[in-house]
Amino acid sequence: MPPIDIGDRLRALPLGSAVALKLDPREYADHYFAVLNATLRGVGAESANHTVYVAVTNPASFVWSLAQALDVTPDQISFVDAISHLMMNYSNPLENATYVESPRALEEIMLRVEYLLRRYPHPRTTVVIDSVNSLAIHNPPELLSEFFHILLNNLKSRQVLTLVLETTDEEAAAIDQMLNLVVDETIDVARAGR
Amino acid sequence: MEPAASPAAAPAPRDRARSSGDLERCATGIEGLDNILEGGIPRGNMVLVAGSVGTGKTTLCLEFLVRGAEHDERSLFVSVTESSEKLVQNLSTFDFFKPELVEKGSLVFVDLPVIYRKLGLEREELTTEDVDILLRTLSGLVRSLGVRRLVLDSLTSLCYRIRRDEQIRDFLLRLGSDLSDAGCTSLLVSEIGPQAGRYSTRGVEEAIVDGVILLWNNRRMGDILRVLQIVKMRGTAHSRTQYVIELTPIGLLMAPHLKGARGSEGGE
Repeated sequence: MPPIDIGDRLRALPLGSAVALKLDPREYADHYFAVLNATLRGVGAESANHTVYVAVTNPASFVWSLAQALDVTPDQISFVDAISHLMMNYSNPLENATYVESPRALEEIMLRVEYLLRRYPHPRTTVVIDSVNSLAIHNPPELLSEFFHILLNNLKSRQVLTLVLETTDEEAAAIDQMLNLVVDETIDVARAGR
Repeated sequence: MEPAASPAAAPAPRDRARSSGDLERCATGIEGLDNILEGGIPRGNMVLVAGSVGTGKTTLCLEFLVRGAEHDERSLFVSVTESSEKLVQNLSTFDFFKPELVEKGSLVFVDLPVIYRKLGLEREELTTEDVDILLRTLSGLVRSLGVRRLVLDSLTSLCYRIRRDEQIRDFLLRLGSDLSDAGCTSLLVSEIGPQAGRYSTRGVEEAIVDGVILLWNNRRMGDILRVLQIVKMRGTAHSRTQYVIELTPIGLLMAPHLKGARGSEGGE
């Protein structure tokens, strides 16, 4: 079967879907950029969408610089940055970002997502969580399961498309199992066309 | 996180009055709070907002007044310690605050020390007669201005000058009765220590008021989360769950307090 374009797959999803996007760590840079491209240029720009990007792996400033390279404008994306404070890298905050002091403050991440959804109301919104693995470094599995269960159900009820980035490796079986319970679909980026 | 609703779709406080049960509701206008209160505080209830420093008591109360004022419910903030000027200055950092509410008199600030001076109640300890004068003045203010929402910040500071528990009990019983008769819903701020184990300095207040909203700082792995819980609310089958709150420019937002299978670490 020929590979399917990630952007096409995301666009074909019903409103309110929650999707796990699996990235291979050996090809992380390629896979990550493919996902970003599909999300911001595919689902985002073409559908007059707004993206709320939860940055835990890399700071919002890093993701924003990539987004700018994809001609994304500040009104198309806003960030919940949960890593810059922890990295003591908070000197130049972005105007389209809100900062959470720690990736352990899961409720605050939920509340900042809520805040941005209200601040930038759009008929079609995508929330990207980058990534479940980074959140798992800082949080016990029970807490993380509860977080995803509440957040994804809430976003589903609001018809928000949620994309959870996941780096696959042998140690991520527990994460995989947890995500399977809350997402509607899993897209293996290695197998999908880019 | 709160149930689905876009800002445009969020019901106005008035729309949700009488949403549940037989009691008329005073919707706080804070969506998450109204959701866990079956639509709002029963109209005329006197509620203690108890918490230690930095937990968001004053901000919650101010939003309650602003949301009421913008729906034509005259709202009165009685400040015992902080000047009105400073409070308005702090409020202006929030997007939900509109200065014209103060200009047109929908949102009124009164400094209690000014009233003390006018009434000659400047001595350190208020006598029973002084408390009576103060009570009549506050009730009169509520009636003459047609106040529908009142905040007293803080009851603790006021009670420092009322030394005997029975005086406090009497003051609160009469104040509650007067405000309820006037259809005025009130929030009384109670400053308590982090390990207080009760909801007011003297322990008398929580037994008399109709409701207690408790705020505290919860530590989890070194981080502090602001947590809210409704401890008591007469006339309402309210939620007893804990919620994490965030004071954002668009107002107070609430999300369920995650506990995980092992539960979170203790409070402050």
